[in-house]
Amino acid sequence: MRMSIRASTTASWFHEVPVRTRPGVWSRLRRHRTAVIGLILLSALALGGVFAPVVFTEDPGDAYFERVLQPPSRAHPLGTDQLGRDLLGRIVHGARVSFLIGILAVGLSATMGVPVGLISGYYGGGVDIAVQRLVDLMLAFPGFLLALTLIAVLGVGVANVVVAVGLATAPAYVRLVRGVALSIRGQVYVEAARALGAPAGRIIVKHVLPNCLAPIIVQSTLQLGTAILTAAGLGFLGLGVKPPTPEWGTMLGEGQTYLFSSWYIATFPGIAIFVAVMAFNLLGDGLRDALDPRMRLG
Amino acid sequence: MSSLGLYLVRRLGLIIPTLLGVTAVVFLLVRLIPGDPARLIAGIQAQEEEVARIRIELGLTRPLHVQYGIFLRRLARGDLGLSAVTRVPVVEEVASRMRATVLLALCSIVLAAIAGMAAGIVSATRQYSLLDYLVMGVALFGVSIPVFWLGLMLMLLFSVYLHWLPAGGYGGPQHLVLPSIALAAFSVAIIARMTRSSLLEVFGQDYIRTARAKGLHHQIVILKHALKNALIPILTVIGLQFGALLGGAILTETTFAWPGLGRLLVSAISSRDYPVIQGIVLVFAAIFALVNLAVDLLYAYVDPRIHYG
Repeated sequence: MRMSIRASTTASWFHEVPVRTRPGVWSRLRRHRTAVIGLILLSALALGGVFAPVVFTEDPGDAYFERVLQPPSRAHPLGTDQLGRDLLGRIVHGARVSFLIGILAVGLSATMGVPVGLISGYYGGGVDIAVQRLVDLMLAFPGFLLALTLIAVLGVGVANVVVAVGLATAPAYVRLVRGVALSIRGQVYVEAARALGAPAGRIIVKHVLPNCLAPIIVQSTLQLGTAILTAAGLGFLGLGVKPPTPEWGTMLGEGQTYLFSSWYIATFPGIAIFVAVMAFNLLGDGLRDALDPRMRLG
Repeated sequence: MSSLGLYLVRRLGLIIPTLLGVTAVVFLLVRLIPGDPARLIAGIQAQEEEVARIRIELGLTRPLHVQYGIFLRRLARGDLGLSAVTRVPVVEEVASRMRATVLLALCSIVLAAIAGMAAGIVSATRQYSLLDYLVMGVALFGVSIPVFWLGLMLMLLFSVYLHWLPAGGYGGPQHLVLPSIALAAFSVAIIARMTRSSLLEVFGQDYIRTARAKGLHHQIVILKHALKNALIPILTVIGLQFGALLGGAILTETTFAWPGLGRLLVSAISSRDYPVIQGIVLVFAAIFALVNLAVDLLYAYVDPRIHYG
């Protein structure tokens, strides 16, 4: 009789948990002032990117030779570049390119890194050692150098930038997820699931992965900033997205030639990169505080 | 042999598999690219005889592991082949550019370590003060700012408008100022954050309260007791930052026309000069591995609790 009562209370407790924690994370994030600033900045950039073709109807690749290298004015608030293209329009269009590259690269990175990290951490042993050696090898190259080397192999272009940046950041996911999986593997509820005969795949998906989600979300947010920064760096070197696609780093690289005569060409795309990266950093830090129960806001 | 000596030998032994792995990656680099590796190594405008000679020299008709053996043997002799563009031995090309990159990287890491730790100490000792918020705000800027853009902006301000410093090039110490600051900014921010959080953790320890309670001077408590114990994570970050710095150097060198390895790498990638790319990637990875080794050895020196037996 007592057993059944206890069982029913446990069941109701299980039901309440997700209902209680989810608004908790959101309200904690909302109280995190800097995270809100990050979120607002990102929303503004994303909205700009979405509505760019509606607001800036000029094709960002079209040249207008009658108005080259014009300083900021009412008609062109950020000036025009060496081909007479409106810089504001190109920067807003560029948000689409940079965000797309960032999201795809981080997506690729997580898709590769998370499963490998889960398997490496959960199974341990020989698989783990092999994976860790491979990760060590990738981390033996400074991150930007790894992306650059991959570009040397793959060649330039949007797709190759995504692959290069994605591959270069994948080891970080493997490390992170492996660490969590390793600590979850020994938990009593995992042992219980195993004792009940649950297959390893099910345990990994149902028990280990949910515990990795919070760190993965935080990591991915911060990684989005890094990915945009890395892609912009490649573009700056002329080894990223090919012109005339309006990518911020590529625009900055082109503007360097005209730095002494027309400062605005290199300056404004740089501000765009800076704001986007900072927004992801702010949001990522906020998410870490909101999702990490050990570091609640006072 | 002392236990520190043994540790040194063992740690040096651990670096060998890493370096072997790095050579394997560099070796595979040209073989992963679609097309004839001999043609890629010789360069696009090379004569057919030159391509044939390279094919025989590198054993490109033989199995992959034999090719790797040949690659390693040549590497051990310091032979990385000829640049596909200039026909100068890669080793000479790399050696002539190395000085500039090492100089820039060392300058930046020293600057980053000093400025970062100083800012972190100021921030941690005045937690939640206006100064703390200011330092952490600047640190947030530091981690978000693109290194190449910061370089250009410094150039605009100090070279174009104020005429205080040269806008680029290589020569006297005045040429080193702007590139070092631009390159160090990111690392300053990361080191400052780590110093702050590491110090704050140590401040909560009993022995700090004891040191304060027995009336020791504030500065002595911070420098001798707290900082010494907070140093391990800070050192780790400084070591890791060296890697980020080498990556950033590629961008900074391009910004400031600094004649180092990074700029050579970028032009080699643009002109598809694969022997030079191989050489530079190898050198960067080797430098990074050696720095990590040095940091590991420093741990043992800083923290006597670490066993190196």
